[in-house]
Amino acid sequence: MNLNIVEIDNLSFGYKGRLLHKGINMMFPRGKVVAIMGGSGSGKTTLLRLIGGQIKPSHGEVRVDGDVVHKQDRDGIFKLRRKMGMLFQHGALFTDLSVFDNVAFPMRELTDLPESMIRDLVLMKLNAVGLRGASGYMPVELSGGMARRVALARAVALDPNIIMYDEPFAGLDPISMGVICDLIRSLNDALGATSIIVSHDVKETFLIADYVYFVANGEVAAEGTPHDLMHSTLPFVHQFVHGEKDGPVPFHCPAANYQSELMNSKTND
Amino acid sequence: MDRTTIDLWVGVFVALGMAALLGLAMKVGNLTSANIGPTYSVSAAFENVGSLKPHAPVKSAGVVVGRVDSINFDGSKFEAVVKINIDQRYAFPKDTFANIYTAGLLGEQYIGLEAGGDEANLKNGDKITQTQDAIVLEKMISQFLFSKASETKSDSKEPDVKPLASAKASGSKAATKAVELGDPGF
Amino acid sequence: MIKSTLLIAVARMLRGLGARMIDRIWRLGAGARLFFLTIFYSGESFRRFHLILREIYFTGVMSLLIIIVSAFFVGMVLALQGYNTLQKYGSSEAIGVLVALSLVRELGPVVTALLFAGRAGTAITAEIGLMKTTEQLSAMEMMAVSPIARVVAPRFWAGVISMPILATLFSMVGILGGYLVAVPLIGVDDGAFWSQMQANVDFRVDIVDGLIKSLVFGVACTMIALFEGFDAPPTAEGVSRATTRTVVISSLTVLGLDFILTSFMLVV
Repeated sequence: MNLNIVEIDNLSFGYKGRLLHKGINMMFPRGKVVAIMGGSGSGKTTLLRLIGGQIKPSHGEVRVDGDVVHKQDRDGIFKLRRKMGMLFQHGALFTDLSVFDNVAFPMRELTDLPESMIRDLVLMKLNAVGLRGASGYMPVELSGGMARRVALARAVALDPNIIMYDEPFAGLDPISMGVICDLIRSLNDALGATSIIVSHDVKETFLIADYVYFVANGEVAAEGTPHDLMHSTLPFVHQFVHGEKDGPVPFHCPAANYQSELMNSKTND
Repeated sequence: MDRTTIDLWVGVFVALGMAALLGLAMKVGNLTSANIGPTYSVSAAFENVGSLKPHAPVKSAGVVVGRVDSINFDGSKFEAVVKINIDQRYAFPKDTFANIYTAGLLGEQYIGLEAGGDEANLKNGDKITQTQDAIVLEKMISQFLFSKASETKSDSKEPDVKPLASAKASGSKAATKAVELGDPGF
Repeated sequence: MIKSTLLIAVARMLRGLGARMIDRIWRLGAGARLFFLTIFYSGESFRRFHLILREIYFTGVMSLLIIIVSAFFVGMVLALQGYNTLQKYGSSEAIGVLVALSLVRELGPVVTALLFAGRAGTAITAEIGLMKTTEQLSAMEMMAVSPIARVVAPRFWAGVISMPILATLFSMVGILGGYLVAVPLIGVDDGAFWSQMQANVDFRVDIVDGLIKSLVFGVACTMIALFEGFDAPPTAEGVSRATTRTVVISSLTVLGLDFILTSFMLVV
């Protein structure tokens, strides 16, 4: 049995010649919480979509449990996806279903369990995220943090081996953030799963991650345990971790000389 | 939305649709009269069927007793062969007369059956021998105008064309009428 | 100098035309692909028929009110206008035929399809567009559930089932509206109204043709609405544009298809 449940091997991906990723290598060991960090637009979410097989890489490959994802046919990809659970950025709850039905959705669609057993399982999952009392609500009646927790219950409904989180902390108040943080770690350990977190929230991510990859300019800029990275001397990591305004990632979008542009605008027309 | 409520409403919806279709079929369409139970089929030859169409009614004494099944052209005799289905409840004598009539001035054409006096009745596959063709309006008008034309000529003292005797008998009255109608061409 | 700018302008125009043409053809192809995938995945949604029932509720039952009210008024107006013209020729009894034939053959299927595109089609497009925007479709895919089988196919069949039912209701209610105007209001003879109608409306020719039309319109309208929703760019503007496009394309398609179907039905 392979030690790493997900392996990304020399992966490149891009649209129309513009490469978003240039030869990325990553390992996700079983039972660990691994974070992928990077600035907005650095292709972190795209990495999750590549692991899930929603898009195909230009070069290289992603292996899940030893199977190359993009070489699977439709059934093969569906089989792989049953080992995965994913928490989307804004929860992506089905707005036409109640909280209960949302969590029951993957069970009803993918298993032949009797309705009574589904009911018990759903209540167990909802209890784990502390929202058993909200099972009759519709998603619009929930706060952002509650919706995220319901989505988490849905993501782990079928006890997946891999749980992927796309920006789990974005747009939450500090209390909800702490709750989600706690849940990610405890669910990971309780299910014996592997968690992949895509985030740019340094504090929360470093709190729960076992290992962190930094992505910048389509490459892995740095990797290591949170403790190592905290004290890293790499300028990019230093800027990111400490949230400095200017550094290797410039404040200004690349542009022509400010002064000459202002002067030119007069003579242009 | 509760599932039983949805089921109920969809049930109501489908039932309404069925009722509407039934209403269309029975009250609006001619499904009731088209389904006239078991029938027997006879044929009749016409020199001209006008604009008679399949499914046109076959009436006797004004009551629908059957439907036109098919209209074909007989290439050897150069006439139209019309197959009609008649309700088995109605028996017609062998010498029944088949006419093609028009409902109103511009209405649809139908076949009218006038019973004869024969002892034997029509059976499945029989042929009605006595028929009268559809009245073709253009033909009638041109005949009428033609006879009028010859009359007017005789009235305007050009006696080289002899008017027909029958036309002469009722002629003058019709001629004045034609003038009243303002038919300047003639 | 002038020559070259003219050339550039012409080239730009041609490029625009070409790009638009390619886009249209691409959309047509993508729509056809979605249609075949929908048919392919339909077995799954038929096995769980309550999904289709639910969508029939939202597309069919929710459209009932607008269909019935419009049909009533269309029927009444037809009777008024028809009477006005027919009585000049002294054949006001034919008003029943006029109302029934225009409704059953043309207005029933066509107006129902146009109202359906406005009422249910836009709802379908907006719903699916928003599901896409909020990553619900993506989430479904990541759960190894095909959104075409779970979201598209039930809505498609619901539309295809609802449309003929709505069109039949439209025709029947319209005829009742015409009856109310013609008989109690104008004073056309009750018996003549119905008997003339029955003599001239053929079930197999007129009513079944109308049903076939509405079935075809059902496939077209629902498919267009589904495709536009599925294809909408995942932004607020994208969804609103897609919704508008659903109405425009559905209406034009229905009218064009109506012409083609009618010419086929009259010839054959």
